[in-house]
Amino acid sequence: MSSAPAVEVVDLVKRYGARRAVDGLSLTAPAGSVLALLGPNGAGKTTTIEICEGFRHADSGTVRVLGLDPAQTRLRPRVGVMLQDGVGGYPSASALELLRLFASFAARPHPPQDLLEIVGLTSVAGTAVKRLSGGQQQRLSLALALVGRPELVFLDEPTSGMDPQARRGTWDLIRQLRSDGVSIVLTTHFLDEAEQLADSVVVIDAGRVVAQGSPAELTRAGAEGQIRFRAMPGLPLQSLLEELPAGSRAVETEPGRYLVSGDVTPQFLATLTAWCAAQEVLAEDLAVQRRTLEDVFLELTGRELRA
Amino acid sequence: MSTTLAFTPAPEAAPRSRMLLAQTAMEFRLLLRNGEQVGLTLLIPLLLELFFNLPLLYSLDTPRRIDFVVPSIITLAVMSAAFTGLAIGTGFERKYAVLKRLGATALPRSVLVGGKTLAVLLLELIQLVLVCGFGFALAWHPHGDPAPALLLVVLGTIAFGGLGLLVAGTLRAEITLAVANLVWLVLLFAGGIAIPLSKYGPAARDVLQYLPSAALSDGLHRVLQHGGDFPVGPTITLLVWAAIALPAAARWFKWE
Repeated sequence: MSSAPAVEVVDLVKRYGARRAVDGLSLTAPAGSVLALLGPNGAGKTTTIEICEGFRHADSGTVRVLGLDPAQTRLRPRVGVMLQDGVGGYPSASALELLRLFASFAARPHPPQDLLEIVGLTSVAGTAVKRLSGGQQQRLSLALALVGRPELVFLDEPTSGMDPQARRGTWDLIRQLRSDGVSIVLTTHFLDEAEQLADSVVVIDAGRVVAQGSPAELTRAGAEGQIRFRAMPGLPLQSLLEELPAGSRAVETEPGRYLVSGDVTPQFLATLTAWCAAQEVLAEDLAVQRRTLEDVFLELTGRELRA
Repeated sequence: MSTTLAFTPAPEAAPRSRMLLAQTAMEFRLLLRNGEQVGLTLLIPLLLELFFNLPLLYSLDTPRRIDFVVPSIITLAVMSAAFTGLAIGTGFERKYAVLKRLGATALPRSVLVGGKTLAVLLLELIQLVLVCGFGFALAWHPHGDPAPALLLVVLGTIAFGGLGLLVAGTLRAEITLAVANLVWLVLLFAGGIAIPLSKYGPAARDVLQYLPSAALSDGLHRVLQHGGDFPVGPTITLLVWAAIALPAAARWFKWE
């Protein structure tokens, strides 16, 4: 059972009126890993995840969650859900009351007090849900998703509205979930979040998958790295190119400023700095520039990820 | 953050009985925490019990006014809790995605509805104690067998509850709020609660008597005021309302 994918989506289509919110989307989330759906607002991330959660029905295509149809109610105890906007709990219940209620739905829940402490809400345990800040509501929502000890969690924009500290804490928690064997599917429009957390990233735009792979694969594919540095003008770049792999390039963009490009590996960088040492040159402001997912997204769609 | 937990998956739903207990307790606590609900279901009926017992608005053809008032107020209390209160509460839970969120848990819908029903019945128990207790203080003297009266209350709860869920599940929360309050007010005066249907003309009476409030009120008056036998007509009327409202609510209820 553990080898079956946590989520499998094939040719998913969902229309709202004439608009295709999801337009032939396929993806696989392997069990025990973190899959990030990355894309701008309106790309179809939430629609896709809500179909996987059983809230919406696909117009066509197949969706399997833990090997089952998402409409199956026997999936519910096995799956934890964090909705995008707000907690989705009784507004006048306190944080602890709500967590206790959700714990009572599970046979072997996490102790609510402990879980509340882990998400940093102990000091507001008795506060009504509607009086929590946006970030606190997000953290409560995360705790509600986890309290029943699910094997798969869907986290829709888990850190939106959180301050930087809470955000890092949530990242640590997601990493721990993964190492404890929980499968995770999350949506985000934060690139660093996808890069930091995901084993695999599915880049979505206008309801379609435009790229997928590990963050390293996505940023490496088809891209060459660049190294910039500053030194005295007129370095003999031809001798550098003789030592670098074929296909590398080196130019002096303006007097004393250099741009070296190619398949930038650690060895590539070592060769460059060794050459500088041989020239008795101290390279200043040396910067290795890798492509980010932002660059990838921009190349694939011609748009900024965060409009 | 010294506490650590192992998140090793161990999913399994709790026994239904435990879920029902927890859900009922939550619903009931929230009812009592909501000031408007408490006002609507507990305070207003008591105030109206006092008010209608004063011979201000109209005369009744009875020397013992309180014997008419208490069955009316019981009807009002049931309508307030099972229709207006339930509709408004559920409508806003739908608006705030509470129902959507609960739908993603192991809680079955039947247990959610069961929890709501039990919370309403618990609330009605408090209402009955207060309304009857206050009635005794005002020299109420009930007649008849309390068993058919209780049966009518349960049937009325089911019929009004079904109607409340139908409104809450199909209309926007703000509209539900307006409709539920308006219907409450209209039924209070035109539905055989505050004013006996005998005060209306025969044509109006022929129609109004089939309202759920009129059926419950009539049935309770027959038993508690006049010591009559089991009220067959009102019972059938309430059964018909329940048989229409519950399937309709189940059919058209939108969870988000």
